[in-house]
Amino acid sequence: MSLTSIFSIAGSALQAQSQRMNVAASNLANADSAVGPDGQPYRARQVVFQVDPPAGQPYGREIGGVRVAGVVQDPSPPKRLYDPAHPLADAQGYVNMPNVDPVAETVNMIAASRSYQANVEVLNTAKQLMMKTLTIGQS
Amino acid sequence: MLDRLNEDFRFYQQAIALRAQRQEVLSSNIANADTPQYKARDFDFQAAMRDALDARMRLPDTQLSLTSARHIPGKAVTPDPVELQYRLPYQASVDGNTVDMDAERVRFADNTLHYQSSLQLLSGRIRSMMSAIQE
Repeated sequence: MSLTSIFSIAGSALQAQSQRMNVAASNLANADSAVGPDGQPYRARQVVFQVDPPAGQPYGREIGGVRVAGVVQDPSPPKRLYDPAHPLADAQGYVNMPNVDPVAETVNMIAASRSYQANVEVLNTAKQLMMKTLTIGQS
Repeated sequence: MLDRLNEDFRFYQQAIALRAQRQEVLSSNIANADTPQYKARDFDFQAAMRDALDARMRLPDTQLSLTSARHIPGKAVTPDPVELQYRLPYQASVDGNTVDMDAERVRFADNTLHYQSSLQLLSGRIRSMMSAIQE
């Protein structure tokens, strides 16, 4: 419980936000992947954030960083695209396309990058304060 | 004499420690700005400072001595001066998160400034003590 734990708090947030950006990038990149390794169309994925309090804090007063509790798949049905010429088209001429919403993913990515920046700023401020504390009483 | 010096610095030491703790709480809020169901925390610096400086609130922890294995252990713990509270949300979000990023950033900057000014004051205090010692 000191200034040094700010480093781990903000650091965990950086890690979590960059993972969120990774997932958003994967979703955007695969927005048109009609078939994945399992033969099914790609499904959008989302990260789930969770508070990660360090052990040993009194109950109800935990503060701490953030961690990615898991990456969940979007259960919504795939988009149906009419394209009879597509090799994966079914009998009616429809192709199952990924359920990725590119607009939502772009917004997600911007939000993640903004949060990342905020935490970098927190980290820098904590560093400055520590440097100032180290020079206490000098000169 | 050393005790007097200690007393003299105690106020600033306490203030800086509480500022550092508040900085940590605020950084936790900023880190969890996107965590569902996270509730923003904060504490009242003024009340915490008052409690920390009030000698009546700072009694050492007491414990009943046990003379038999069947005695129930009794213990009185002095509460921490810092009482974490939940922030009242201005704009509730759908996922139950109550962190307002702008407000948290403003408080973080404000707390940083106060921390630095406490450090500055303590440095000045140390300087004047040093010159008094060296006279």
